[in-house]
Amino acid sequence: MKAAPFRRAFVTAFATALLGAAWASAAPAARAEDLVFLSTQLRPIESAQKMRTEILAGAPVPTRFVTEQPPQLGVHVRAEAQGGNVVSSLIGGLHGELLPLAGTDNLAPLDDVLASLAERKINPAMLAAGKFGGAQQLYIPWMQATYIMVANRQALPFLPEGADINALTYAQLGQWAANIQAKTGKRMLGFPAGPTGLMPRFFEGYLYPSFTGGVVRTFRSPEAEQMWTQFRELWKSVNPNSTNYGFMQEPLLSGDVWIAFDHVARVMDALSRKPEEFVAFPAPAGPKGRGWMPVVAGLSIAKGAPAAADAAKLIEYLTRPAVQLATLKAVAFFPVVQVEMPADLDPGLKLAADAVAKMGAAPDSVVSALPVGLDQRGGEFDKLFMDTFQRVVLRGEAPRAALDRQAETLKRIIAETKAACWAPDAPSDGPCPVQ
Amino acid sequence: MRRAGALPYLLILPSVLFLGVLFVVPLVQTALLAFQQGGAWSLDDWHRMAEDLNFTDAVRNTFSVVLIVVPLQCALALGMTMLLRHVRHGRDLILWVWSIPLGISDLAAGLVWLALLTDQGWLNTLLFKAGLISGPQAWLTYETPMVLLAGIIVAELWRATAIVFVILLAGVQLLPKEYEEAAEVFGASPWQRFWRVTLPLLRPSLQTALILRTVLAFEMFAMALALGGRNFPVMVSEAFNWQYGSQDYGVAASYAVLVMAISVAATLVYLVALRVPAEQRA
Repeated sequence: MKAAPFRRAFVTAFATALLGAAWASAAPAARAEDLVFLSTQLRPIESAQKMRTEILAGAPVPTRFVTEQPPQLGVHVRAEAQGGNVVSSLIGGLHGELLPLAGTDNLAPLDDVLASLAERKINPAMLAAGKFGGAQQLYIPWMQATYIMVANRQALPFLPEGADINALTYAQLGQWAANIQAKTGKRMLGFPAGPTGLMPRFFEGYLYPSFTGGVVRTFRSPEAEQMWTQFRELWKSVNPNSTNYGFMQEPLLSGDVWIAFDHVARVMDALSRKPEEFVAFPAPAGPKGRGWMPVVAGLSIAKGAPAAADAAKLIEYLTRPAVQLATLKAVAFFPVVQVEMPADLDPGLKLAADAVAKMGAAPDSVVSALPVGLDQRGGEFDKLFMDTFQRVVLRGEAPRAALDRQAETLKRIIAETKAACWAPDAPSDGPCPVQ
Repeated sequence: MRRAGALPYLLILPSVLFLGVLFVVPLVQTALLAFQQGGAWSLDDWHRMAEDLNFTDAVRNTFSVVLIVVPLQCALALGMTMLLRHVRHGRDLILWVWSIPLGISDLAAGLVWLALLTDQGWLNTLLFKAGLISGPQAWLTYETPMVLLAGIIVAELWRATAIVFVILLAGVQLLPKEYEEAAEVFGASPWQRFWRVTLPLLRPSLQTALILRTVLAFEMFAMALALGGRNFPVMVSEAFNWQYGSQDYGVAASYAVLVMAISVAATLVYLVALRVPAEQRA
């Protein structure tokens, strides 16, 4: 694959011209021969700009950071490969976004790159996931995020007796919110269940794993029935505006809610602006453990990449402890390698980092993956959980009937995508069964 | 002679092509999408749309808004038009102020009303200062559906009455004064003049305003989304959710076709019910 330099430059320049003015105007200084780093992560313009001006400014190779919508990533990368001129060398995406690319053989093996990173203490579980169950390393962990709970300190006196805020159960969370309601008359627990909120992830990665130890297999199990009944009870102490909330940092800062669950990036503003007012802590546990969903982003090199060696250099750079810390400070994504947190870390970031660390270290934790293999049906999968929530909790339908009904939709989605089970469901041969 | 006959058609050809390419083709594609599944004719998408949790709510909410808002807007706009006819001083200022909502995008208007009606909003602040409530009162939740509907109706009245008003005003200004003066000479009261003379003459404008407003009201989206979010699904917001949230283009297309069918039906009803006599046509 040794193209003559001028030809390679021509191809790259041609593709750049094709891909249009948008990128050019976003990175006016970029040269045609820069390495192209295609990422579904750090898409918001503010994060992307910080990535370009702060983090990549010190990179060993000139890099052009280009973002892509998650559903389009596969199309984009495969189109480049099939068109015979691969432009994007480095690909950054979530585990579930890179998986389909591994399936279509668009990712180059990274075992040599990994060997050169031997002294980095990369989280071993995340590293193992980067093999997608095969023998070769197909992505190197890049950064992580997850979901946490945040509470206003005013709520702490109402904690139920004997409850440890770092090891809460869902029953205790319900009791806590009920105590506040009884004493203040207000419902101060909040969830991001609005149209732009990430509530489906709460059901998929937290509630279901905690109560049933699964998501798809156990969707309509007796444990799930029990779970929805309990959650409906808990919802009586939840702020009714929750079905409008998108980012929980806003109601936390305005004082509309005292206790909230959300993605760490969506509560960061509250923690950073008023670190003395808030505490951050892990999500609660249910009978089957403490379900949690680490969101791991990885770095892959595209097969046939025009700048594979430079991309490897960039992977080395991005996984340096100092750069991981810089990433944390700039865009609030957490390190995947062992780093010493500096004493002068922003207090809000420190609160969040501690909560994330506690979540991962919890002895009863049940790790859930983001849904894998659903591709275009991912949105419908999310809707399934929101519909069930709407039926059982908001409309008061009997959980058994609602679950049986929604299970038909789940079976259809799984049948159409032939998705195999993902954690915490036990692995399956073929499509994941709804039991 | 034949050349002169072809000229008008040649002149409208560009706009016909434009409509054909950018309107008719997507329309046909949408309809095909709604009625096909995997290349074969199928009503699957329609079944899934009708069986969806939010379908009944979306249809009910959309019709509630249209049936309440459109008549109210017509009555209000008629009142405003008649008022303005008798204003001598500051007419332009009133006209200008009343037309402001025309220039505001629906989403911006929705966000303004959200700021008014939210828990810590201006309405609650006012009620609190007046001693009517003891703390923040939630108005826009699933627990207060009637207040939510009322909020959306008031906001829609504020936002979209101006367009009806402007159309009716233009119509009124074209009316010859002679008819009314004649009625006055024969001793008709102001009410009689309004009902028997002005209103029938205004029929063409009223028809235009009603068609425009009804079609737009069936397509209402931003206001319902801003104020109601998940609590107030309407047909177009469901189409949007299926298209972008669930990425199920077939069901989204079914919604789009349904909204279009309802709009066309409403237009036909107006065209028949408010038939404009031939001598009154422009």
